[in-house]
Amino acid sequence: MTAGTGEIKTKELTISMGPQHPATHGVLRVVLDLDGETVVKCTPYVGYLHRGTEKLAENRTYLSALPLMDRLDYISSMSNDIGYCVAVERLFGIEPPERAKYIRTIMGEMTRISSHIIGVATHALDIGAMTLFLYSFRDREWLLDLFEMTCGARLTVSYPRIGGVRNDVSQKFLDSLYKFTEEFPKKIEDEYETLIDQNRIWLQRTKGIGVISAEDAINWGLTGPTLRGSGVPYDVRKYAPYDAYDKVEFDVPIGKNGDVYDRYKCRMEELKQSNRIIKQCIEKMPTGPVMAPDAPKFTLPPKDKVLTDMESLIHQFVLITKGPMNAPEGEIYAATEVPKGELGFYIISDGTGKPYRLRLRAPSFVHVSVLPVLCKGGLVSDVIANIGTIDIVLGECDR
Amino acid sequence: MDSLETLIPAGILNIVIILAKIAVVVAVTMLHVAYATYFERKAIGHMQIRLGPMRVGFHGILQPIADSVKLFFKEDIIPAQADKPVFKISPLIPVFATLSSVAVIPFFEGFVIANINIGLLYIIAMSSLGAYGIVMAGWAANSKYSFLGGLRSSAQVISYEIAMGMSLVGVMIMAGSLNLNDIVKSQQEYWYGMYLIPQFIAYFVFMVAAFAETNRTPFDLPEAESELVAGYFVEYSGMRFALYYAAEYIGMIVMASMAVICFWGGWTIPPVLATAIPALEAVPGIVWFLMKVYFHIFLFYWIRATLPRYRYDYLMGLGWKVLIPLALANIVITSIVKFYS
Repeated sequence: MTAGTGEIKTKELTISMGPQHPATHGVLRVVLDLDGETVVKCTPYVGYLHRGTEKLAENRTYLSALPLMDRLDYISSMSNDIGYCVAVERLFGIEPPERAKYIRTIMGEMTRISSHIIGVATHALDIGAMTLFLYSFRDREWLLDLFEMTCGARLTVSYPRIGGVRNDVSQKFLDSLYKFTEEFPKKIEDEYETLIDQNRIWLQRTKGIGVISAEDAINWGLTGPTLRGSGVPYDVRKYAPYDAYDKVEFDVPIGKNGDVYDRYKCRMEELKQSNRIIKQCIEKMPTGPVMAPDAPKFTLPPKDKVLTDMESLIHQFVLITKGPMNAPEGEIYAATEVPKGELGFYIISDGTGKPYRLRLRAPSFVHVSVLPVLCKGGLVSDVIANIGTIDIVLGECDR
Repeated sequence: MDSLETLIPAGILNIVIILAKIAVVVAVTMLHVAYATYFERKAIGHMQIRLGPMRVGFHGILQPIADSVKLFFKEDIIPAQADKPVFKISPLIPVFATLSSVAVIPFFEGFVIANINIGLLYIIAMSSLGAYGIVMAGWAANSKYSFLGGLRSSAQVISYEIAMGMSLVGVMIMAGSLNLNDIVKSQQEYWYGMYLIPQFIAYFVFMVAAFAETNRTPFDLPEAESELVAGYFVEYSGMRFALYYAAEYIGMIVMASMAVICFWGGWTIPPVLATAIPALEAVPGIVWFLMKVYFHIFLFYWIRATLPRYRYDYLMGLGWKVLIPLALANIVITSIVKFYS
């Protein structure tokens, strides 16, 4: 933008925000062309956290590729694992037992709560509201402790298995989780919403910022709360239910204006809905096994059988070393609703124990691409608000 | 004293006394700065369900000392592209400016280093001077982030300086003086003993402007941690970095003292309270003064833990469209009331 009257020539100031920057949620680099404080052009650069997850998965059995999925969106590892297991189960035609489905649904929603509170809290932290961040970490800690109680890990859980889950949950776990669902809605209303939702500065910083219309949002391929904030009620849990989502009642909150505030509001409402789902699951949870028993060639046999039964030991050995035998040839796309949006797995199988090709449809990657649209014409401060509102995790984006 | 005066000429004695006073005030102020950081971390920590510093000494009481030792021994990095002389000088400006403003603050009856007649103006002038340190740092580091921080700061300080100056005009009209001692004493003429009540608009405008002047949340745009990383002092390290911090905290103390002197009756207590409970008269003035100042400093912490950060254009809008008209209205109202009474 050269205002070339006379001798004074002005041009944009180009600044590189990131890859090391406190507000880019990881190693995202955004190059901003600024005219004063106004953003003329915004270009995101991704790939700083590329670890070749897709390629690595081709060289591993279906089972041992699972821990790689933990490291995609590392703050909602449970959801990624569930998504991967659902995809592989669809490929093999395995049906996990009912109890395992309920446990997965609970775990998926726990992850959604912990991911959304982190998303909203870091978003608030970027805008300058520091206290909410620490409140949310207190609540997330409860959920992480529950993960630890069940599978021993807090972050990289690798808890779901193809055909079920690794082990059953304890009664102590369910009691503690039920107590959480009783207390959590009060915390949302008393602490989260009073701190920021009634704050004029917060409203000024979020309302009317980063607006994207429903049509544009669909064209850009947005999913999850980022899409629903624009008023499109698309949710994989409703449209193509997996696990126990068809057996529980929940609403899909949508926004109206498609701005930062509506997306924030969607996440806050989803927290309440997730809480509702967990509560229903605990109440309806059936008893029974947690691993599909009828598919020994695809799923790991129970541990007690491995120690006593010769055949199970052989199955275990082969599954771990060579991968599932007699895998059907073909390809499948299976999507699940992870906290960030629609996480899709496209698997091509050539009949061996390893996927021939595994392609990930990562919501964060799609969401980064919309950043220039959201940021254009805004101020530097709005870039921060926009990075927060699309709620990206670079582990998933760069894969 | 008689024998002393015969030995030493009165002029020299005066200078010695003033130097001693300066030494005491600077030492006490710097100690306050160190412990202001400690109490900020503690207060905000407890507001955010954590403990704050706990490791160095009992409940982390020695943390500020550990911090200053660490900062003192850190390497002083100067970027290769920086304008070296300006880069080196600029951290000193805010510290000197804010420390010099402490000179005119009356801490209690009769204790002030320089009892000048334009104390109020002097403090406003000094706080504007401090902005040069920020602008120069933003320019000298030759970094785009510092540059943006420096630009934001100069715009902010200029806009809020006006609001602050105008909010104090109401106080000047009521007191009829620019001398801080006189301002405190004139508040004693009213039974409530503080200008806070008749000048509540001015007090509000002053406090908002004070937050902006000291670059504190919600007006911490020049250093906006999540946007500009650290703003104008992003390239500074070690002691020079610490000087900026010190300046910010001295600035807070000065602004808190100004609020106390102009609106809360300085070291005095309301006459109505003094007559009701005569025992309160025995409490030294410095205690009242410090209590009021600490309350205001706590306010700075409290707001920081509560509010998000303003956006640049809203900040300007608030300064020019809300605070300045409010302050002007206050001047008009005060003048009319003063004229007819």
